[in-house]
Amino acid sequence: MQILPYLVAAYVFLVGCYGLATSRNLIHTVGCLSVCQAATYVLLLAVGYRDGATAPVFSDVEPGSRPVVDPVVQALTLTDVVVGATVTALLLALVLQVAKRHGTVDPDELRELRG
Amino acid sequence: MNRLRLWLLAVGGAGLTALLVAACPGLPRFGGRSHPYGERAVRASLDRHTANTVASVNFDQRAYDTLGEMSILFAAVLGCVVLLRQARDEHRARPEPAAVARPVRRYALIVLPVALVTGLYVVAHGQLSPGGGFQGGVVAATALHLLYLGADYGALERVRPLAVYETSDALAVCAYLVLGLAGVLAGTAFLANTLLPYGTFNTLSSGGAVPLLNAAIGMEVASAVVVLLATFLDQAVEIEEKQGS
Amino acid sequence: MSDAVIVVALLLVAACATAAVAQRDPARQALVLSVLGLFLAVLFTVLQAPDVGLSQLAVGSALTPLLIMLSVRRTRRRGRTKEGPE
Repeated sequence: MQILPYLVAAYVFLVGCYGLATSRNLIHTVGCLSVCQAATYVLLLAVGYRDGATAPVFSDVEPGSRPVVDPVVQALTLTDVVVGATVTALLLALVLQVAKRHGTVDPDELRELRG
Repeated sequence: MNRLRLWLLAVGGAGLTALLVAACPGLPRFGGRSHPYGERAVRASLDRHTANTVASVNFDQRAYDTLGEMSILFAAVLGCVVLLRQARDEHRARPEPAAVARPVRRYALIVLPVALVTGLYVVAHGQLSPGGGFQGGVVAATALHLLYLGADYGALERVRPLAVYETSDALAVCAYLVLGLAGVLAGTAFLANTLLPYGTFNTLSSGGAVPLLNAAIGMEVASAVVVLLATFLDQAVEIEEKQGS
Repeated sequence: MSDAVIVVALLLVAACATAAVAQRDPARQALVLSVLGLFLAVLFTVLQAPDVGLSQLAVGSALTPLLIMLSVRRTRRRGRTKEGPE
């Protein structure tokens, strides 16, 4: 239990990297990149977790009555999730542009076209 | 060639795995009690009467960081719009209305207003309960696209004059900057949350500038997502290449 | 008790990430990614981060898969119109 969340984060990141390297379709590659992004969220939130603590929201909890988990990493992750999605969209736009210009989304065929 | 690449991947992956696993015991213990930054952030948030500490970190203590995130978002959307604009060798084809199954239509149209209001509620209560501009903006913007499911593409285009959303995206970025500059003009620092009264803890108008910055972000994210989905929908449904080009 | 829930959520996330990478068809991958987004949202909620969970639910299980689906449709349609005139 001590290091399991970190191991899961590392595993998800590595699986995403494997997908990135072996992908045969650029749209699939973008999907693998979003798997890699998910690994960073798991890592950040695992660092901020605290046993027996509650969420850092005091609208229904008396301040100081219970320990809360670390809000700083949550804020980092939160903005990252939304901004990551728009970056994914930018990458997909690039893929569509590649598909228009070269008529394929297979990275290997693209290399042959250029060479 | 392909074999070489797989070997390279295997060697690199094994090295990275070893390093990551070796680093795991060195990280802070999972569930540990020591969170020095977290404790200080909570104290600062309570000082400024913001019930949701995460909103306080985003829009008060690290508001400058959020400005950076917002610029990335804005630039990414701008990039998408530029990349996916209608090229010279493409033309627009009116998509013919497709038949939608009756239950799909009914439930999409029932859920649409509920989801839209939920999104706005989540934005408005960002400083009190979990949520805020980032989440509520996405919810409200995607809710609008239920109209595509429930009615058809033409109906969606009528309630979504794209220029309005593009303008409101830019306006929201400006609003954030102006709120930041207001601090400078008043003699404190950029984006310092010292101008407005902090209000009563756990009410809608608490937290000084947090609700305003939160609303600016909500508007920005919502219009950014609408613009993004619109450009992708255009590509998927409307724009066609000239035959035989 | 909560430890057990965290472990289950972590394992579900890991399994689903594997499935998302192993699924080579981008349209199906989008569906798996949306399930992954759902499990991540559950994990974040269990880790006491409702803010992040909400954001992940909206983005990971709705927005990203939708964008991928639209891109897939665009590239497929392209292929069809290209072969169409012949």
